[in-house]
Amino acid sequence: MRYTAPPAAKSSVMLHHVAAEHFDDWRSTARHLVQSDVPPDRIRWVDQRAEHSSGQGDLFQADLSAALPPPTNAGEFRVSAKFLSAAETVSHHRDPQRWELLYQTLWRIVHGQRHLMEVASDKDVFRIVQMEKAVRRDAHKMKAFVRFRRMEDESGEHYIAWHRPDHYPLRIVGDFFARRFNVMRWTIMTPDESASWDGDCLTYAAGMPREAAPSFDELESLWKTYYANIFNPARIKLNAMRAEMPKKHWPTLPETEMITEMLQQAPERTRQMIQTTAAVSTAQPFVPNTDDLRELAAASRQCRGCDLCQQATQTVFGAGPTDAQTVFVGEQPGDQEDLRGTPFVGPAGQVLDQVLQELGIRRDTIYLTNAVKHFKFTRSAKRRLHQKPSARQVAACRPWLEAELSAIGPQHLICLGATAARVVLGPNFRLTEQRGVAVATEYAPWTLATLHPSAILRAPAKQSQVLMEQFRSDLALWASQIEPSS
Amino acid sequence: MTTSGIEHKLTILADAAKYDASCASSGSRRANREGLGSTEGMGICHSYTPDGRCVSLLKLLLTNVCIYDCQYCVNRVSSDTPRARFTVEEVVKLTMDFYRRNYIEGLFLSSGIVRDSDYTMGLLVQVAKTLRTRENFCGYIHLKTIPGAGDDLIDEAGLYADRLSVNIELPTVQDLRSLAPEKKRPEIEGVMGSIRIKRDEIATDRRNGMRVPKFAPAGQSTQMIVGATDTSDREILTTSSQLYGQHHLRRVYYSAYSPIPHADSRLPGIRPPLIREHRLYQADWLIRFYGFAADELTTADSANLDLEIDPKLAWAMQHRGQFPVDINRAPRELLLRVPGIGQKSVNRILQTRRHHAIRDQDLSRIGIVRKRARSFIITADRHPGPLSLDAESLRARLQPKHRQLMLFDALHGATSGEV
Repeated sequence: MRYTAPPAAKSSVMLHHVAAEHFDDWRSTARHLVQSDVPPDRIRWVDQRAEHSSGQGDLFQADLSAALPPPTNAGEFRVSAKFLSAAETVSHHRDPQRWELLYQTLWRIVHGQRHLMEVASDKDVFRIVQMEKAVRRDAHKMKAFVRFRRMEDESGEHYIAWHRPDHYPLRIVGDFFARRFNVMRWTIMTPDESASWDGDCLTYAAGMPREAAPSFDELESLWKTYYANIFNPARIKLNAMRAEMPKKHWPTLPETEMITEMLQQAPERTRQMIQTTAAVSTAQPFVPNTDDLRELAAASRQCRGCDLCQQATQTVFGAGPTDAQTVFVGEQPGDQEDLRGTPFVGPAGQVLDQVLQELGIRRDTIYLTNAVKHFKFTRSAKRRLHQKPSARQVAACRPWLEAELSAIGPQHLICLGATAARVVLGPNFRLTEQRGVAVATEYAPWTLATLHPSAILRAPAKQSQVLMEQFRSDLALWASQIEPSS
Repeated sequence: MTTSGIEHKLTILADAAKYDASCASSGSRRANREGLGSTEGMGICHSYTPDGRCVSLLKLLLTNVCIYDCQYCVNRVSSDTPRARFTVEEVVKLTMDFYRRNYIEGLFLSSGIVRDSDYTMGLLVQVAKTLRTRENFCGYIHLKTIPGAGDDLIDEAGLYADRLSVNIELPTVQDLRSLAPEKKRPEIEGVMGSIRIKRDEIATDRRNGMRVPKFAPAGQSTQMIVGATDTSDREILTTSSQLYGQHHLRRVYYSAYSPIPHADSRLPGIRPPLIREHRLYQADWLIRFYGFAADELTTADSANLDLEIDPKLAWAMQHRGQFPVDINRAPRELLLRVPGIGQKSVNRILQTRRHHAIRDQDLSRIGIVRKRARSFIITADRHPGPLSLDAESLRARLQPKHRQLMLFDALHGATSGEV
């Protein structure tokens, strides 16, 4: 604490020069001055912090060395914690008048306005609140915008950042960085001050120019890639961005180098997004809005919802009575079906026919269809080999199945195989675990999944028998449900 | 994997994650046990993109391969968008590398559904577990839970994650049925319910003095897409207040439907309804912090929020009989309903008026937006007069110019929702 005796010549206007750099200087000087009954208008506060930062040195060094007048009223006084904490924060503000403002407010609190800090409408309180806000924001932005660059020196990895704050927030955030990055060796430089953590101890040192920090980090290209791609070009809110990330910080934020390019490309990227709306694989645009199965079947022959139509002979739509009580859904038409345009007429259809016959149920009472309406295959030398439809093709074809089911409104729905079962019962369906259990679905009150007959045909002989028994018993469960008349 | 390989995956899997609105990293405290990172309650936004949204977390999809076919989603199985898949190790390394450079607060990991729900959820849990147990990572982790995943996986996820979220996706059951038929509302709400129950159990155990591990200390959130169907704001707000009440959600995020590549023809191919999204956030805020009920902000006849003026002003104009309010006498609940007076200003009013009567000239220092509030309040030295409130020009006077509405009114935007 330093003090200049008031100039003798102007003794009628006693003016004391006092200096403060950090909060503790101000606090002890202010306490002393209040106890000596020195009113605010008799003090000139000198901001040593600004002088240090601007490199002017101590202009008042010599003058300030004399002692303060002894306290005239040595009594203790107390102020609220709210004021102290606000004053501590405000002490990090860059405005050289902050010491004076704080002293003036302290003086008023001590002299009859004990609750001053609660009066939000007061002009001094308002200024303090504004300054407090500015410092808090600056400290918060420092936590956010410091970008470390990794380098190696004789002691190993060292993460270094250079940041230009508005005020002096480094000592507010120093502990935060020490807690967060306690397993790293790091240094944060600002033009006013620097902080370093060696894994044990946080130390503050003089300010540093930007050139003192590394100019490159190999991770930055990945970070920029992330930044450019997490951005949604269909929504641009530039002012919102600039309000929260002021341009003055951009030079030390590597990702901001991407902004110009991102904005240039945004209209084009958005236009493409909207334009390609039709590029999805779906039968939806081909499905007429009707409950007439014949109309649906006719429309299905023109379907180009996915690429399967290019290879297949024809669309194989469902077949059976429009008022059927039961609908069977398989996977997709096979070689025979593709050629004849009717579902379940190949080897798998014969297995189904055989079991229906055993159960005494006429096939022409049932509506038979598939989850995918075109045959998917690869060619071998002699034959066309069945190929499982991709999830994308199944999804593309789904609108047809939904239209069929909604037109018929069956009581009973049998899914043959996992593909059909996943369409109806959800993508998490497991045939091995959930086979043969009837559940209610949005498509039918009684829905059951069982094996696809072609699985029985493909299995080795011994296993084939087991599967056939399962298939029989599942269908028998269904047969016991339906009315004898059908 | 080479850097360029990672970069390629990052291009696809960050792009695919951008439709998730949530980027919050607040509300959790985690003691640093000699590891990297800290979670101290307040979230930090490390950067902002030109869409006005903040970058707080490394927001990624583990993969954008998906067996589902939700019509509003870019990753739906039937779209031909390029696909990629990160390994668990790649995500762990990227998170640690970004965190060390102070780019992020942590990780927000979601995924398309590969193979099945349990398998996918298992991978997400494995990323979080590796970060916590092997890397001693103490930063923030938000995991998306996969609908249909087993309870034991959700329980495990909650041990490692700060926040869990389950996307409700669309505001009504009918919307879900028409655009995402494979997702079931009961399944989605079932997961929310079990997270809530687990959190309640652990809170009770803690109150009884038991030392139990934390479970998703930052709670759970959800997201719904706005503007993909013609569901009204009234229905949307009803759904969110039910979710807040029933499952104790921390946040409901509203995401304006963005034109996505290859969107379904059933969806409108339009620019995202940003103002509407903003109004919903404001309404949501009023419901949670200003004592408004969900059904007060819209009416059955006019079921959508006014796009021109904010919902608080709209409410005040509909209820002119309750104004003007005497700023020196009115209770907190009433002050909170005055346009132009926020929560903090209400606190300042209550404190200041103990010391002196508040006059007109004090308003702006207290933080009140004078121009907005003056027609609705009586100060010690001014009464707005009965005519001021009925004047037809009131709306015209208070309604922002259209250009301003676009650029400034939406400034706080999706992030704060503050009115």
